[in-house]
Amino acid sequence: MATSVVAPMLGKVLKIEKNVGESVEEDDVVVVLEAMKMEIPVVAPVGGVVKAVMVAPGQAVEAEETLAEIE
Amino acid sequence: MEVALISGLQGLFLGLVALTPGQALMILVGCGLLYLGIRKGYEPLLLVPIGFGAILVNIPLADMMGKDGFLRFFYDFGVLTEIFPLLIFIGIGAMTDFQPLLENPKIILLGAAGQFGIFLTLLLALAVGFDKLDAVAVAIIGACDGPTAIYVSSKFAPHMLGAVSVAAYSYMSLVPLIQPPIMRALTTDKERKIVMGVAKRPVSKTTKILFPIVVTIFASILAPKGAPLIGTVMLGNLMRESGVVERLKSAAENEIANIVTLLLGLSIGATMEAANFLRAQTLLVLALGFIAIGLDTAVGLLFGKAMCLLTGGKINPLIGAAGISAFPMSARVVQVEGQKYNKKSYLLMHAMSANAGGQIGSVIAAAVMLSVLQGMGIIAG
Repeated sequence: MATSVVAPMLGKVLKIEKNVGESVEEDDVVVVLEAMKMEIPVVAPVGGVVKAVMVAPGQAVEAEETLAEIE
Repeated sequence: MEVALISGLQGLFLGLVALTPGQALMILVGCGLLYLGIRKGYEPLLLVPIGFGAILVNIPLADMMGKDGFLRFFYDFGVLTEIFPLLIFIGIGAMTDFQPLLENPKIILLGAAGQFGIFLTLLLALAVGFDKLDAVAVAIIGACDGPTAIYVSSKFAPHMLGAVSVAAYSYMSLVPLIQPPIMRALTTDKERKIVMGVAKRPVSKTTKILFPIVVTIFASILAPKGAPLIGTVMLGNLMRESGVVERLKSAAENEIANIVTLLLGLSIGATMEAANFLRAQTLLVLALGFIAIGLDTAVGLLFGKAMCLLTGGKINPLIGAAGISAFPMSARVVQVEGQKYNKKSYLLMHAMSANAGGQIGSVIAAAVMLSVLQGMGIIAG
């Protein structure tokens, strides 16, 4: 059962910290967003392996948009 | 011939001879402000012209604040008439997106709570012996909003303008240092860890257009003394949201705001003449201003705790700290602090709502204060 990492707010993708296949612990930073001129680290809600990354740096994202999936 | 040459050279030292220790000290203060602006990046748009103005006005014999001095001209033209801060307000209105606030209207209460420091500081300033009008100018530092502080003090205590604006702008940039200890002291670990959901509620264009009009009419009728403040911010915002006067909006937030910022900064620096600035009162202004911002933060947090309780733990009280007006610094502080305690906590947007509330709140609080003081007979009608 995959768990989604979702954007907590409207913003722009700055960096992808974990790529597909990498294992993550809970609270590890997966994607860094930029919103209101500040960096917002978005963390993994659970531990596991990154199964998919849906966004690329520079891309604008809506609040609640799925950024990555962890299994 | 030699004698004439020597007397001629002496002319070059006249300035040095006339330099008083106070002026020398103020030139150093000016350099200090330049350092903070240039090297530390604290509000450079204001501190650079303010610091430079402070240096210029303390050059002996140049008399730039004298009757025909160019600094005097800018000061009389824009500060004494309150024109400069009002023009800046139009720009601020044009730059500010009130959407986060309209998405979450109950959060405006935090913006109101964040202004209590103004009133508490007013009492404190009166208690330590400030003249009534001076106390108003000191208290307004608690608005944590530069133009509001400049407007109020240029209206009631122009001789304190330098101290008040330096305090207002320096403390605004120190918000990331001033707020976190208070945030920690007043909240429990459990409260700080509260995760707030994604803030997302569509706001219609009509709402965004009506907002500045409705606020102007109601708030101005309630507090007519503040109508110039509220009116200019909301005019700027209406130009932004209506979308039909793009050129005016763009001029207000760029060209006009830039020109006025330069002239305003210089004029403020020009009020920092040694004789005027180097007084015990200035230190008192700086101290009370600091207290004002601390009190704002504390009341905002306590109100946040009350909202947390009333909503059954849905609101993270940390966002109360963003109820002060320092926009968007304090919202950023809240985001950073919140994530320190719970990595899954993203408070930025909620804090932005409170922060936008604080921005309106500080303007309205200033307006209310002016009307209340007028009612009490402290200021003339």
